[in-house]
Amino acid sequence: MSLTDVQLQSVGARATPGFVALFKIEMLLALRKRADIANPLLFFVTVLALLPLGVGPEPELLAKMAPGMIWVMALLATMLSQESLFRGDFEDGTLEQLALLPQPLYFAVLAKSLVHWVATGLPLALLSPLLALMLNLPSEGYLCLFVSLFLGTASLSLIGAIGAALTVALRRPGLLLALIVMPLYVPVLIFGTGAVQAAIDGYAYSAQLAILAALLAAAAALAPLAAAGAIRISLDN
Amino acid sequence: MSVTPKSPAVLQVRDLACERDGRRLFEGLDFSLDAGGAIQIKGSNGAGKTTLLRTLIGSTSDFNGEILWRNSPFPKGLRAMRESLLYIGHRGGVRGGLTPLENLTWYGATETSAMEALDRVDLFGFEGALCSSLSAGQNRRVALARLFLPLSPCLWILDEPLTALDVTGVAALEKQMADHLACGGSLLLTSHQPLNLPGLDFVDLSDYAVEESFNDMGGEHVFN
Repeated sequence: MSLTDVQLQSVGARATPGFVALFKIEMLLALRKRADIANPLLFFVTVLALLPLGVGPEPELLAKMAPGMIWVMALLATMLSQESLFRGDFEDGTLEQLALLPQPLYFAVLAKSLVHWVATGLPLALLSPLLALMLNLPSEGYLCLFVSLFLGTASLSLIGAIGAALTVALRRPGLLLALIVMPLYVPVLIFGTGAVQAAIDGYAYSAQLAILAALLAAAAALAPLAAAGAIRISLDN
Repeated sequence: MSVTPKSPAVLQVRDLACERDGRRLFEGLDFSLDAGGAIQIKGSNGAGKTTLLRTLIGSTSDFNGEILWRNSPFPKGLRAMRESLLYIGHRGGVRGGLTPLENLTWYGATETSAMEALDRVDLFGFEGALCSSLSAGQNRRVALARLFLPLSPCLWILDEPLTALDVTGVAALEKQMADHLACGGSLLLTSHQPLNLPGLDFVDLSDYAVEESFNDMGGEHVFN
């Protein structure tokens, strides 16, 4: 083999994985760790099943609390699973390799957040009618609850990636992660519950859903960027 | 790109100084790595070997001095360098949730070439097992199998590649490195073990360590 051969080889040497390849491999890994997917869902369902036992089974009271409780639980379930978003990849050196790719780290973070949402947020949204039934939510709120969770949990996954990236090098990030991402979660929570409440009260709720969609668009554009920067800082230590 | 008879320097380091956690590790470091050349970075624990490698791959921009890739300075040269860089750090970049075969195809190998590479690192028969169930040495071999893929980039930067490898593993790796160099590739590695490689140069970071004895700490010239 001559020198020219090597140079020709080196041109196509580094097959840069595209977004689809990144998404596929993350999805495969998520499917292999089924416990990680099941945990947040079980947490979500268990807490909401315990709620009537705690506050008393009056249907009116439960119906009043339902939108807020479902949303708060969705938020906590997302955060619970967020901690491990980059941890495995950080510990085995994959994050280091991803940071060396010629393509921006943005796409890797976006793919990971998307998989995180498919594994946690989407099932939560799909389960929401069942939980709404358990909590006696008026039937006018069902559709709105589903749509708001569908849009909102995607934002939560993206925003949470920033916190996960900032704390990836720490051994026990638990509370710190919560402190970083909770303030950023607040707008999503406000407009999510606001939309469901409006739907129950018989008002138009498209404005709140539009704001949730706008928050999602902003999060998809900016959060991976911030998380990618945070990963580079974490890797530097 | 024209092939010049004299092997051109691919990576040059001029008057480089690196810091870590506020402590200056080394300064005045000068070396140049040619196409087909190999350099082993030596130095005691904490001398800054890993920091040097991480500086060269651009993981940290916290350095003084000049680094050039094919005569273009960082950070412009860094982008070009990453196109032909294969870096294996302390953490091998092997995902425990994937099998060795899947790990290698993730790094751009075809199934055939991945199987051949795994065979070369003595992991034939393990290609379908999850890496989390393999031993440390076997995981190291999965990471190093990337060096045995036919489309390997032309600059290898390896941080302690011999860790957890047995004697036959080291021998196979040495042979592959020698082939890589013979094909015009370059190699930069750290290791505490001696390597049997033709034309291997050494850079000892202890020679560039910052003089900082206990008495100097209180000396006036430190604060000048």
